[in-house]
Amino acid sequence: MFAYIVRRLLFAVPILIGVNLITFALFFMVNTPDDMARAQLGAKQTTPEMIQSWKVDHGYDKPLFINTTEHSHGLLTDTLFMQESLKLFSFDFGQSDSGRQISADIYERMWPSLAIALPTFIIGLVTNIAIALLIVLFRGSTLDSITMGLAVAIMSISGLFYIIAGQVLFSKTWHWVPISGYAEGLEGIKFLILPVLIGVFSGIGAGIRWYRSIFLEEINKDYVRTARAKGLSEIKVLFGHVLQNGLLPILTGVVVVIPTLFMGSLIMESFFGIPGLGSYTIDAIQSQDFGIVKAMVFLGSVLYIVGLILTDISYTYFDPRVKLS
Amino acid sequence: MMLTFLWTDIMIWSLFALIILGIYQISKDAQKRIQWRNVFKSKTAMISAIILLFYFAIALMDSMHFKFESAENNTLNKELVSVLDMGLEHLILNAERTYSAPFALKEYSSSVIYNTTGNVQQVYLPLKNVAKHIDMQQSLVAYDVITQTGWAFLIALVIIIAIILIHGYFRLKKLAMSSARIKTESLPWSVAYITLFLLIFIGTWFYLLSFDYHVLGTNKVGEDVLYQSLKSIRTGVLIGGLTTVVMLPLALLLGISAGYFKGWIDDVIQYLYTTLNSIPGVLLIAAAVLVMQSIMSTHAEWFGSTQERADIRLLFLIFILGMTSWTGLCRLLRAETLKISQIEYVTAAKAFGLKPFTIIRKHILPNLVHLILIALVLDFSGLVLAEAVLSYVGVGVDPTMPSWGNMINQARLEMAREPMVWWSLLSAFIFMFILVLSANLFADRVQWVLNPRSEK
Amino acid sequence: MVFLLLSVSMKSYSNNWNSPYTSQQVNKQTLFSSFSSPPKHLDPVVSYNSNEWAFLSQVYEPPLQYHYLKRPYQVEPLTLTKMPEVKYFNQSGEAVLKNSSDIKFSEYLFELKDNIKFQNHPAFVKNASQYLYHDLTPQKLASIHNVNDFAQQATRNLEAADYVYAIKRMALRQNHSPILDSMQSYIVGLKPFSKKVTKAFSQQLKASGTKSKETYFDLNKYSISGVQVIDKTHFKIKIRGIYPQFLYWLTMNFFAPIPWEADKFYKQPGLVEKNITLDTSPVGTGPYYLAENNPNRIMRLLANPNFHDEFYPTSGLTKDSDTALLKDAGKRLPFIKEVVYSLEKESVPLWNKFLQGYYDASGVSSDSFDQAVSVSGSGSMNLTKAMQVKGIKFLSQVEPTIYYFGFNMTDPVVGGYSAKQQKLRQAISIAVNFEEYISIFMNGRGIAAQGPIPPGIYGYESGKKGMNSFLYNWNENHASRKSIEYAKKLLAEAGYPNGRKANGEVLSLYYDTAATGPDSQSQLNWYRKQFAKLGINLIIRATDYNRFQDKIRQAKGQMFSWGWNADYPDPENFMFLLYGGNATINTNGGGVNSANYDNPKFNKLFEQMKTMQNGPERLAIIKKMVHLVQKDAPWAWGFHPKSLALYHSWYKNVWPNALANNTIKYKRIDVEQRYAKQQKWNSPIIWPIILVIIFVLLSIWPLKKAYQKRQQIMLKNKKSHDLKLKGEVS
Repeated sequence: MFAYIVRRLLFAVPILIGVNLITFALFFMVNTPDDMARAQLGAKQTTPEMIQSWKVDHGYDKPLFINTTEHSHGLLTDTLFMQESLKLFSFDFGQSDSGRQISADIYERMWPSLAIALPTFIIGLVTNIAIALLIVLFRGSTLDSITMGLAVAIMSISGLFYIIAGQVLFSKTWHWVPISGYAEGLEGIKFLILPVLIGVFSGIGAGIRWYRSIFLEEINKDYVRTARAKGLSEIKVLFGHVLQNGLLPILTGVVVVIPTLFMGSLIMESFFGIPGLGSYTIDAIQSQDFGIVKAMVFLGSVLYIVGLILTDISYTYFDPRVKLS
Repeated sequence: MMLTFLWTDIMIWSLFALIILGIYQISKDAQKRIQWRNVFKSKTAMISAIILLFYFAIALMDSMHFKFESAENNTLNKELVSVLDMGLEHLILNAERTYSAPFALKEYSSSVIYNTTGNVQQVYLPLKNVAKHIDMQQSLVAYDVITQTGWAFLIALVIIIAIILIHGYFRLKKLAMSSARIKTESLPWSVAYITLFLLIFIGTWFYLLSFDYHVLGTNKVGEDVLYQSLKSIRTGVLIGGLTTVVMLPLALLLGISAGYFKGWIDDVIQYLYTTLNSIPGVLLIAAAVLVMQSIMSTHAEWFGSTQERADIRLLFLIFILGMTSWTGLCRLLRAETLKISQIEYVTAAKAFGLKPFTIIRKHILPNLVHLILIALVLDFSGLVLAEAVLSYVGVGVDPTMPSWGNMINQARLEMAREPMVWWSLLSAFIFMFILVLSANLFADRVQWVLNPRSEK
Repeated sequence: MVFLLLSVSMKSYSNNWNSPYTSQQVNKQTLFSSFSSPPKHLDPVVSYNSNEWAFLSQVYEPPLQYHYLKRPYQVEPLTLTKMPEVKYFNQSGEAVLKNSSDIKFSEYLFELKDNIKFQNHPAFVKNASQYLYHDLTPQKLASIHNVNDFAQQATRNLEAADYVYAIKRMALRQNHSPILDSMQSYIVGLKPFSKKVTKAFSQQLKASGTKSKETYFDLNKYSISGVQVIDKTHFKIKIRGIYPQFLYWLTMNFFAPIPWEADKFYKQPGLVEKNITLDTSPVGTGPYYLAENNPNRIMRLLANPNFHDEFYPTSGLTKDSDTALLKDAGKRLPFIKEVVYSLEKESVPLWNKFLQGYYDASGVSSDSFDQAVSVSGSGSMNLTKAMQVKGIKFLSQVEPTIYYFGFNMTDPVVGGYSAKQQKLRQAISIAVNFEEYISIFMNGRGIAAQGPIPPGIYGYESGKKGMNSFLYNWNENHASRKSIEYAKKLLAEAGYPNGRKANGEVLSLYYDTAATGPDSQSQLNWYRKQFAKLGINLIIRATDYNRFQDKIRQAKGQMFSWGWNADYPDPENFMFLLYGGNATINTNGGGVNSANYDNPKFNKLFEQMKTMQNGPERLAIIKKMVHLVQKDAPWAWGFHPKSLALYHSWYKNVWPNALANNTIKYKRIDVEQRYAKQQKWNSPIIWPIILVIIFVLLSIWPLKKAYQKRQQIMLKNKKSHDLKLKGEVS
């Protein structure tokens, strides 16, 4: 097991190098370091001296991939790509283009992101499973078909509508919760209710469809029939057997998204003014802050890979037939 | 006046040709015919398919452009005019100054005017291009709308009866020709007729009334929202329909090669898509869109008109979205190919020394078609929704291009007005919802029928 | 679920459900405001952005400030005892008279008030003769998250050396001050000084291998020849020639005092790692200090207990304004004890929170305009009924800003100085109807510009005198745009009858824009419509902001829109946008004259006008210049926006001042009134919750019934199944 994880982590290195190559290539096709300097200096008049000193300060004065002024090893190592990539691999994210410490910012912004993503994830999971169980209980009835129809309808509406409608209804008209904002600790709960609610609701369509199909698959298995034949009531069958066995595929399916919860939700955070990593990323894209973009891409990729590894592990953990090799 | 095709026009017409070709192939193959009949046996699938066809038809009409050499007969002030634009010419020409509500006769907000005595007044200006035939009398509007509704109903009735008669004739003929022994279960045609009737009725109703009213209101600069919504259909259909198609060759090539050749080829291809996949989607798209913008602005001379520019941008966007979404399909194809190449007849073919290309073409590719089709229909709705989100982030289609994403984006500000300007958002919502819902329902059915693993 | 969560949060508050603040905050002299984008730099020598100045100006105190109430804008001493004394010198350094013809230098002498103290700050803490916190170790920093976490804080008196130190910091390239290059041409000795210290610093950096942010460079060892400390309260600055506008620069935060202790303190690596730097945690003498800096959510200012004596102005109010503004005259500043700025990127929540009473003041976006303001019969703006009922008040003023539509004068088609080319530009300027633009996109909040100078700036003329006679006719009591027929005639004379070139082709022009934001589509369409009126085909080249800037800098664009905000209330600050010496092509992209207008006549007049004192002579020259550019039409002039601020009845002493940023200290809040109104406006509407609960409760019963029915059927099936089995067995 341990050896397997180490090997998977080693495999991640070439992938992350590839990710960095793509980010650098894409970003520097758009922006010359001069552009970045100008954007960051933000003065009404920028002079060449100002730009040069900014570039030196932020390390953008080096060539991108190949340094022709250096000999032998310096050819590839004394370049922007090499220097920055090495730092990333040691999780030293350095400074943003506007001069802030990225690691400190990420650490600070991780919590608000989690404060939304985690409740959304857990409440969503519980609600979806509960509804799915309920309609599996009434499978084949009108309730089932109505719910499934609603589920497709919910899936077919853009999340932007839910957000706009939610804000108008709950905050503007009914005065239940603040329209946007964030606070730490218990005070923060009232800010989180609406985004979490909307997050749960917009995921409910796809969620219950998936869980329903898992439960239905389970319910047709022999052991369930046997249980029923023994005279167990339907509810007992559902909770005692179907839910228990259905949870395994559900858990192995959702494990992959858990690490990416850290990254936050782009849309939700910027609509509700929540200072998480999602809005951090969006701001960085919009202000074309390369320092942050490359850090977030790197972090996202790492978390994705961690998710994959976790999935593999959860398979072996829950299903003894699968062996990691 | 000259018929011209923009890049995306060519693509959507190719898609059309592809679909026709597909239908032809299906009609030749008895087994596939039964399969597809099975798809349409479901009432919801039938309704969804008709609605999708309707949207697709509008998109096609909007994808046939005429270029005007000179401005003399160019009343629309555009260089490129599509067939749809010609049909809706009145909607372009009767633009107002600013917001007006559906069926309103006056502007939505008051404005300042100098009256004859030179004083300033705050009034709700009357709209320029509505209800002229009833002298803009508010009291007559309801009556007028009802009469026109009656007409629309009649027209739709006539059309649908004609369609039923024509279609009935063919069905009868076929019934008479087929032997009585083979009993084919009939498709739910009555539902199809009702759907068609409703669509025609609604279409005619909007069309008739759009001459005298702004049926869905006007937006900030007075453009008709109905026209905007209809023009957005093309953008939505293009993004939803073409994104998967453009990257199909790449996904097929890489997926099959990885699954068939294995070894280092498999490793390289797996590396490639894992790397691409591990970059957070929005970031990859945003970065690619920014690159595209910079390329486009350094080569501004490539584009003669704003529309061509917007078109190329849409094309790029489709490719970029494709770039980020082909990996999933590629992975599926690889797995399936791996499985198929273990089957006896494939290993046998290998043993006989058949060329890999022949084996792939004859034995593997045909067994992958259902996967591709399912991916195509499943991705459609997701992509239409993604367009809206991307526009919100600022990396969507060109801001001059009508799209639901742009409409929603604008509506965010409109919702803060009091009284709210709700019609743009509602129109975008309804037009988008119907398309995505039909696509989802149809996709469900297609998947259910085509996927051999789905329980029936 | 919702109900449960709500009841939890209700316990911790006796506040409204939807209140974004704690009740303690609401019931104090706390101002609630917002900011739209995170401040990037709070280092006064770097920051050049009104968003950042909104915070900085409350904390830092440059030597001078604008009088809060007086109009036209007037500069008054802030930390000085009196306005600086100016002496003039000739080349050989002899003092000459003010109106002498060979003035080569002017010297400003500053005298500081002697009772000004810095805010409490760890950088000042001394243990015997040692600075306690100038040598921090990671252990000491473990529990430190922001600069206010340090156990000990101290203060010291403001000295002349602190002002000089700020100028020295500006000279250091590694600090990236945006005004260094322009100041180098004025302040004597700044340029060689800058070269020297920059070089010394980069050598020091190379030697130590550290970054500039975490390396302290001792500027006290060096001195600028033109900037000198005389004693603790006196210093002088020598500048080249005459430059009366220099006083305006001294109201800006670039010239705010920086204690060297703070500079040294903040350069410690352990602090930089935690984002505690001079760029995030200012140290000033102003009425407030920054208590919380979370640029992604909240910025909080608290009243500075060490703030020196400053009093509400007792005079200066213009005749027709509200005398209630002088109610607090002579009282000690500041009134407000705490300022909470929350990040609001979207206009929708901002506006709604203002209406709910959770922001004390708000701007009005064009989309909420109808709801807020109506224009009365006499043409003046008034609040709508709904706003009046809430007791909301408003203030409006034309800002010293111009948004212009520029032509690239080096472009072969739209540029050039021949009569034909002038006419083409004039025709376009008539066709692009900015009155309509203002009414559609700005809700009438702006006035169409007649020339480069906005109202409120010396040289602006209103009415018929100031009208641009090339584009407008005088119509009894107002200027009206010339007709489109006239524009078409001009266009024909320019060689494009009906918008066609000589060969019959339609004239196509290009408009470059950095199109972002939801409104851009309609605006671009609007521009197309304007050109279509003349039969010209407008092709829009939309791109991102970087590309756009690049293009304009390289003079590759044809037409574009741009804006300029006054740095200071002087016509020179606007005229120089059209001065040939500032043209982007003449300055390698650095200049501000993006239209590349370069008319020798205009240039000469500009050089003459630049250093003159305001007076009839200067006015005459300005008039000539305005006439020249009106004729040449390098801009289609565009408009001056009108700012419109709404504020609640409990917010007192509000007066628009476009140039001063340090105005919070003058304002006051009626706390009781605010609390009462917030309670009244935000009682939650509960019936939907009750409805949902009733629905859920009601649906339980039929569900239970249905379940029991199913269970029975199943049992029956099972029984028959069992019976069958039994039958088979037997």
